[in-house]
Amino acid sequence: MSSPKSASQSASLAAQSFGHRHLLGIEPLKPHEITAILDLADSYADLNRGPEKHSDALAGLTQINMFFENSTRTQASLEIAGKRLGADVMNMAMQASSIKKGETLIDTAMTPNAMHPDLLVVRHPHSGAVDLLAQKVNCAVLNAGDGRHEHPTQALLDALTIRRAKGRLHRLNIAICGDVAHSRVARSNLILLGKMENRIRLIGPPTLVPSQFAEFGAEIYDDMREGLKDVDVVMMLRLQKERMDGGFIPSEREYYHRYGLDADKLALAKPDAIVMHPGPMNRGVEIDGTLADDINRSVIQEQVEMGVAVRMAVLDLLAQNLRKSRADAAAAAG
Amino acid sequence: MTLLFINARLIDPEAGTDSLGALLVQEGKIVELLPESTDPAQLFRERNIDADSSVDRAEIIDCAGKCLAPGIIDIGVKVCEPGERHKESYKTAGLAAAAGGVTTIVTRPDTTPTIDSPEILEFVTRRAQADAPVHVLPMAALTKGREGREMTEIGFLMDAGAVAFSDCDHVVSNTKVFSRALTYARSCGALVIAHPQEPILSAGAAATSGKFAALRGLPAVSPMAERMGLDRDIALLEMTGAKYHADQITTARALPALERAKANGLDITAGTSIHHLTLNELDVADYRTFFKVKPPLRSEDDRLAVAEAVRSGLIDPISSMHTPQDEESKRLPFEEAAAGAVALETLLPAAMRLYHAELLDLPTLFRALSLNPAKLLGLAAGRLSAGAPADLVLFDPDMPFVMDRFQLKSKSQNTPYDGARMQGRVLATYVTGAPVFRRD
Repeated sequence: MSSPKSASQSASLAAQSFGHRHLLGIEPLKPHEITAILDLADSYADLNRGPEKHSDALAGLTQINMFFENSTRTQASLEIAGKRLGADVMNMAMQASSIKKGETLIDTAMTPNAMHPDLLVVRHPHSGAVDLLAQKVNCAVLNAGDGRHEHPTQALLDALTIRRAKGRLHRLNIAICGDVAHSRVARSNLILLGKMENRIRLIGPPTLVPSQFAEFGAEIYDDMREGLKDVDVVMMLRLQKERMDGGFIPSEREYYHRYGLDADKLALAKPDAIVMHPGPMNRGVEIDGTLADDINRSVIQEQVEMGVAVRMAVLDLLAQNLRKSRADAAAAAG
Repeated sequence: MTLLFINARLIDPEAGTDSLGALLVQEGKIVELLPESTDPAQLFRERNIDADSSVDRAEIIDCAGKCLAPGIIDIGVKVCEPGERHKESYKTAGLAAAAGGVTTIVTRPDTTPTIDSPEILEFVTRRAQADAPVHVLPMAALTKGREGREMTEIGFLMDAGAVAFSDCDHVVSNTKVFSRALTYARSCGALVIAHPQEPILSAGAAATSGKFAALRGLPAVSPMAERMGLDRDIALLEMTGAKYHADQITTARALPALERAKANGLDITAGTSIHHLTLNELDVADYRTFFKVKPPLRSEDDRLAVAEAVRSGLIDPISSMHTPQDEESKRLPFEEAAAGAVALETLLPAAMRLYHAELLDLPTLFRALSLNPAKLLGLAAGRLSAGAPADLVLFDPDMPFVMDRFQLKSKSQNTPYDGARMQGRVLATYVTGAPVFRRD
């Protein structure tokens, strides 16, 4: 079950039901495509736990990680995912380079594009920037987070973590708590979990959970204790201090008192409810440190592990579609 | 020079009529509206017009039942001279206007440098007269450098030909400065055009708050910011009694305040842009930056409410808010991309969408496109009445076409209607009786 062979078999099965050139967001995905990615990621999770963490799915391909915004974990996760699949991986830290010299995004992106990469992984501080870039380059683009818009691999890894912990990914009560307004993680999760037919509650102060999110079919609570009642999953979000240009909350201590997750508040959720956090955590601001480390409740480490598996699955699928479209183009050219 | 338009569907915004007839033009002025049955030969005999004279030619134009309306007067056109002539010059803006049936452009001062002194104003006036085939009336800035600190030389600028004073999309946030500028402008009889917006609430916004902005993760502003800006300006008008025009009212929430201010007898008018009348926030779709305008596109409910306000006459003129931007300014992530769209040539076809959707009839549309802006600026144009200048547009309201932005005469081609199926095209444009555009 945990041999590389099973991963490659499920990979070709999954590719048949995943028909996208890029992965720019969860929005264009259909439920069966989400399931296909998660199934493939499951087999990569097995591979990653085995003795030989290697496959040749991406052998001969070049993956460039372009990060216009600081990232440690996502970049490391994507780098290791690419390397375990045999790709040549290069990291470009963009915030330090040409952007400061006044070069436009398109020009900056055309430089690595001219080096013929096959997979371009991009993170950018502005919503829609990765979409724009995907229109201009001729390789597969994976969105590693654009502004407040989407962060699709995070939502997929969260979904995989939930499915493994709960045994299913539908008809669950899921609470997403905290800074929803500034969070691309919240948006992608809201879309994904909604597509898979779960009940979603958004919990936080109204300055951070704007009322228009109700139109996505979520229930909005500004009282955390009420919102956490009988939920199966508690997803905490990081308070994004760097994206706040005005006072959204009076102080961190008041925020922790009203919206920080501690054992007391968690007791209102179902007894087997799991606690999630996309990281990095502000301990003592949105989550109690002891709770975050409680292996009986917290699946935060599992999320990091599943991150690699999900990204391997996505890279594998994008690469398969890329190879297929190139083969089709070559056949058409005679 | 005599022109006789026959078989014309005359759109008369003053009388509110849309009927077949003929129109006689002499020496660049409208002489008379004539009945449908007018016989040209008999008319020329009666009026002692020698149709074959080599000195005073008379031309008969058979309109074949197409629409003849007073030329459009467009308040708030940006020509990028001085400073950014690569985006738009007086020549290209003039050609675009002529092709769009716009016979008078009222230009904005938000250039680089700002048009805020009589010397710069004289420069642009000279450039405009030399290059543009349509009438050009310049506006000047209300405050120096549009910085909201010191008022410009309003008196001198009026002497040099400024028809209105505006800081364009910069809101004069210092109420002391703004109230003094309004008071001083009143003493000169100057028209002040402002951008009603609460500047702090709307700072950094690229979209209107709502489901769409939330889904796309764009920084957004509540439509309430427009009403707050308008409410403030109305209070200052009560204080100062100035003559005031709000450049763009785009939300339903601002309309009751406008209605009350008008009912209270304040000297206030308000316009709107063709984009806010024909597009909504969802048109932005996948971050299409050609749809980024200022203020941002609104909800469909707002669009319909504003169209209804044009119909009722609460909103006075419709403008193109023509704002040329080069490719580099638009080929950026949505938040960073420049706002604005070119619209001189698409104004009339886009307005025809409102006619075909049965939201507005043609006399009502031309009341907003021609008559109301003329009244606002005290011009004799904008109507089909004897003595008015023969600034005319002949158009076919039904002619279908697919908009191709690369066919535009503007130097910049940032139109949101690129690729759109449109209905309604200008066939010919006349400025003081002379043809400045003819579609082949």
